[in-house]
Amino acid sequence: MDNNIKIGMADYKIGTQSDVLITLGLGSCIGIIIYDEIRNIAGMAHIMLPSSNEIKNNSNKLKFADTCLDLMMKDLEAHKVNRRSLKAKIAGGAQMFSVSLNNQSLNIGSRNASAVKEKLKSLNIPIISEDILGNYGRTIKFSCDTNQLHIKSIGKGEHII
Amino acid sequence: MGFDINNLNALSLDVLKEIGNIGSGNAATALSKMINKSVDMEVPNIEIVDTDKVVELFDNEEEITVGVYINFNGDINGTILTLLDKNSSDNLVALLIGSKPEGNIYSEMESSVIQELGNIMSSGYVNSISLLTSLDINISVPSVNIDMVSSILSVPAAEYGLESDKLILIENKLDIDKEKIKFYFFFMPDLTSFETLFKSLGVPTNG
Repeated sequence: MDNNIKIGMADYKIGTQSDVLITLGLGSCIGIIIYDEIRNIAGMAHIMLPSSNEIKNNSNKLKFADTCLDLMMKDLEAHKVNRRSLKAKIAGGAQMFSVSLNNQSLNIGSRNASAVKEKLKSLNIPIISEDILGNYGRTIKFSCDTNQLHIKSIGKGEHII
Repeated sequence: MGFDINNLNALSLDVLKEIGNIGSGNAATALSKMINKSVDMEVPNIEIVDTDKVVELFDNEEEITVGVYINFNGDINGTILTLLDKNSSDNLVALLIGSKPEGNIYSEMESSVIQELGNIMSSGYVNSISLLTSLDINISVPSVNIDMVSSILSVPAAEYGLESDKLILIENKLDIDKEKIKFYFFFMPDLTSFETLFKSLGVPTNG
């Protein structure tokens, strides 16, 4: 039996073996999967904002790409992953509304995407595949045994990366 | 101390509720004029809600909803997201063009109809704030998207995420030709604008 593990906004969870990690309806947020394909251990994070440096009162570390991934990495290491064989897949970072204005903060999706890539680079984890940006939401499911990331969007169908 | 949405005092909350009441009434009147039908509105429900609980207003995270997003600026700056369940949105479009949209994706025509409705309702809302406070506020061209509720809600969540884990939610229920129409306004001034807004109404802010 597959065991579905749902990850809400500003959270991460770890799965193993037959677990399926799921995030429903990613918009400008990004789903990041870091996995050890030999040991079948994976973590899925659901971040909302690029950087914890933008805020003084950082109460929820799981909201931000940098701090959330640090916490998830610690947890993955506690699950005895092989640090050097870790890989990543990412999805999300859409711009749901195209209101034209000077305020660049509105395109939070692409800022999230850049921040996630930068953070994974600094962690030395290669991104194997990605499905990011655009203007539509995504539901993502990652099977810890096959390492496949299944992506579903309204009106865009389903595909696996 | 600056303004903190997480710790609103009772008076500020009452003022927000009153703004929500008047704004919603104005929005409903604007809608009624546009479709040339009488619109009955229930007393709106205005709450400060946890961002991650907002999605629970809907059946599930993947429910298809219609969002109309506008940006306002001037003496106060911020955004308003109008969110409708798909059925309410379909009913509104049908009231205007006579036929109900089919399928999940709107045609260009249907999309521009709902964009205009969102525009009229948001303007009605902003205008009443402007009248009430004598503040000068302009609004942008609205943007429409139809997608899973949780992906639409990521926009206000992220926008307010730096400041707060709560949102101001205004729930409106309308009755038009016996069709039930429900929509939500997310009223999101930036935090400095909150202070301007309250000051213009003579309400002391927190602290």
